[in-house]
Amino acid sequence: MTVTGHPEGTPPRELGEPLLDLLGGFIVQLRAAGLPVSLTENLDAMEAVKHVPIEDRETFKYALAATLVKHYNHWNAFETVFEVYFSLRGPEYQIGDEAEALELEDDGDEADTDQTGQGNQQGGGGDDLTPEELAEMLYQALMRGDQPMMRGVARQAVKRYAGMEPGRPVGGTYYLYRTLRNLDLDGVLERLLEQDQNEEGEASEFDQRLQRDEYQSRVDQFQKEIESEIRRRLVADRGVEAMAKTLRKPLPEDVDFMHASREEMASLRKAIYPLTRKLASRLQRKRRHGRKGPLDFRRTVRASLSYGGVPAEPKFRNPHPHKPEIFVIADISGSVAAFARFTLHLVYAISGQFSKVRSFVFIDGLDEVTPYFEGVDDINEAVHRVNTEADVVWVDGHSDYGHALGVFWEKYGKDIGPRTSIMILGDARNNYHAAESWIVREMQDKARQVYWLNPEPNSYWDTGDSIVGEYAQYCDGTFEVRNLRQLEAFVENLA
Amino acid sequence: MSNRFSDVATVQSDLRDVHYLADEGIAGVVYLAERLEKPILVEGPAGTGKTQLAKSVSEITGARLIRLQCYEGLDESKALYEWNYKKQLLRIQSERGDEHSWDDVSDDIFSDQFLLTRPLLEAISADDPVVLLIDEVDRLEVETEALLLEILSDYQVSIPELGTIQAKQIPLVFLTSNNTRELSEALKRRCLYLHVDYPDMEREKEIVLTKVPDITENLADQVARVVRSIRQLELKKAPSVSETIDWAKTLILLGVEKIDEQTAADTINILLKYQSDIKKTLKELGSADGVSV
Repeated sequence: MTVTGHPEGTPPRELGEPLLDLLGGFIVQLRAAGLPVSLTENLDAMEAVKHVPIEDRETFKYALAATLVKHYNHWNAFETVFEVYFSLRGPEYQIGDEAEALELEDDGDEADTDQTGQGNQQGGGGDDLTPEELAEMLYQALMRGDQPMMRGVARQAVKRYAGMEPGRPVGGTYYLYRTLRNLDLDGVLERLLEQDQNEEGEASEFDQRLQRDEYQSRVDQFQKEIESEIRRRLVADRGVEAMAKTLRKPLPEDVDFMHASREEMASLRKAIYPLTRKLASRLQRKRRHGRKGPLDFRRTVRASLSYGGVPAEPKFRNPHPHKPEIFVIADISGSVAAFARFTLHLVYAISGQFSKVRSFVFIDGLDEVTPYFEGVDDINEAVHRVNTEADVVWVDGHSDYGHALGVFWEKYGKDIGPRTSIMILGDARNNYHAAESWIVREMQDKARQVYWLNPEPNSYWDTGDSIVGEYAQYCDGTFEVRNLRQLEAFVENLA
Repeated sequence: MSNRFSDVATVQSDLRDVHYLADEGIAGVVYLAERLEKPILVEGPAGTGKTQLAKSVSEITGARLIRLQCYEGLDESKALYEWNYKKQLLRIQSERGDEHSWDDVSDDIFSDQFLLTRPLLEAISADDPVVLLIDEVDRLEVETEALLLEILSDYQVSIPELGTIQAKQIPLVFLTSNNTRELSEALKRRCLYLHVDYPDMEREKEIVLTKVPDITENLADQVARVVRSIRQLELKKAPSVSETIDWAKTLILLGVEKIDEQTAADTINILLKYQSDIKKTLKELGSADGVSV
């Protein structure tokens, strides 16, 4: 299509020195956040921003994202860095105009915010409101899904409740908590729903559910507004570099199982399904392209008929896939439960790659949980049942590896065969009970391989009551598995 | 080659004219790809309109769409070029008895007229503007991916017997991937990256309104809401946009004006394809005690 009006479109701009520096700094921040940005990508980004209007923040952001971020999981990290780095350089604040941003504190004495949300754009309006009036405004804004008004309320709420003090070295989460505590969003949500019911009379459960989701999404949006407002003020206070460092979060595949927050757990859970799918297809591919099997005599003779009996085209059998039998023995006591859950999840998701998977969980007692996973579509549910129903407590519910291994050996030891690979998951913090490491030695004798996966960092091993070294001498391998990346690598090698 | 788009907004409105509702991110990347002369790697869940994007762009630019469907085992002779052996053989045989020397023939049989072009070479050597769609590139083996690299970075194909063929015009290239495996860094580096996710509720409603002609605004709104609620659940396979459209069409056929729980339960198998997902959704969306209203 030829363009009418602008035959050549907008010509590319030349990049000024300040903008180059700005982008350079941004890329340094991205790399610091763990994103792999190569030199060519860097150059592409510089090229790309020549072609987009820099005033249009969204387009600018997408232009950078398209050239710099090549992995969907990295989008969140990119967005955080972008928001922090450019938070004072948005449409309201020209580049370098930080002084104006700091005046934010004082510009609150503008005309009072009216209910239509006008004048809220700049934020800070409405200082004279009582807390009740502010709550009412929030309610109205959420009710109507009125975005400018929501933003206005968010700014006002942060200013009023967060109690931010310049130079105070606390993270944004503290302020967020303080603000939200005063707003009582759950209460507002309930009120919205009640209001709805009163107006429309008896709504069916189905409609109610839809309505709840609608309000929930508006509340989430409001919460985002508050977060970005806090971030903006923090950056204004402490500067870009400091904030980018505080807000830096590990990428999902690098999140430590042992120290994951609730949101991180949720994002881990979301990440694990695509991961298993990827892993399974990779393993399948690896199998199929493996070596050829032994000569298939019958098919070779059959094929030779078309060459007059000369076996010109040898045929081979498909290789017999080597599918190990897996025994997973997992510690599910508090500290390492999350790790065990992800490992079970992963192993079962690719159980097609193994001839058989059996799983056992323990704290100080031990129980087989294989049946929970059989014929279950939803692995989450199975894992939930494992956590609630399995009989794993023997005395006091503190990890006792020695006793748990003893129970295993007594009850299931005879099932270990030469094709069995055993994975033991746990931090080997034995609460100073007897180690009974001879059991692991016996296991190693009978089984094909015994692996120990430890969710603790290598440097913590054998400190305090950790006795992983004692078990490790009888294992074919001891691995530190602290995040999804390491777990994936281990399982791929196993299958 | 002159620029085909003047700015991002034009891309967006042009795409809208052919019934593809692009958000700002999608339009922005298409615009950039054209300006920077770089391929776009489109990733995202199945059924979010990745392939359709390439088709729509070819429609608005009036360019011919050349499509290479990837699969395991795709090789050079199917993606790039192949020598036409039969014709070469005929040529050699027809020379028998003539006084032409062997040198003439051997040079001759490796020339253009004995070359069969496959999609990639065709896109490069075309005189008219083309859009090249390399579909489901994640199905290729890692080694085969390397086939694409020369084309993607330099828009050229090297044929040992013939030399290097340069593109006469720079085609717009779209690669789509369902993300079943990690693509190589080399490939990613050469492309702009676009992640197409499920649209938000407003956009989905608009999509339904555009794609399903007879639907009322009210019903479209309800459809979008229900689908959003379903996508929030943890399912094996969330409903795709195309499934949403199918569902809306079904509701129209059934003459439904307002979705209630019963209709939703009766037709949910159009949105969800796993029994466990259906069960879970009905449990979540329906009344808590399991009694239908």
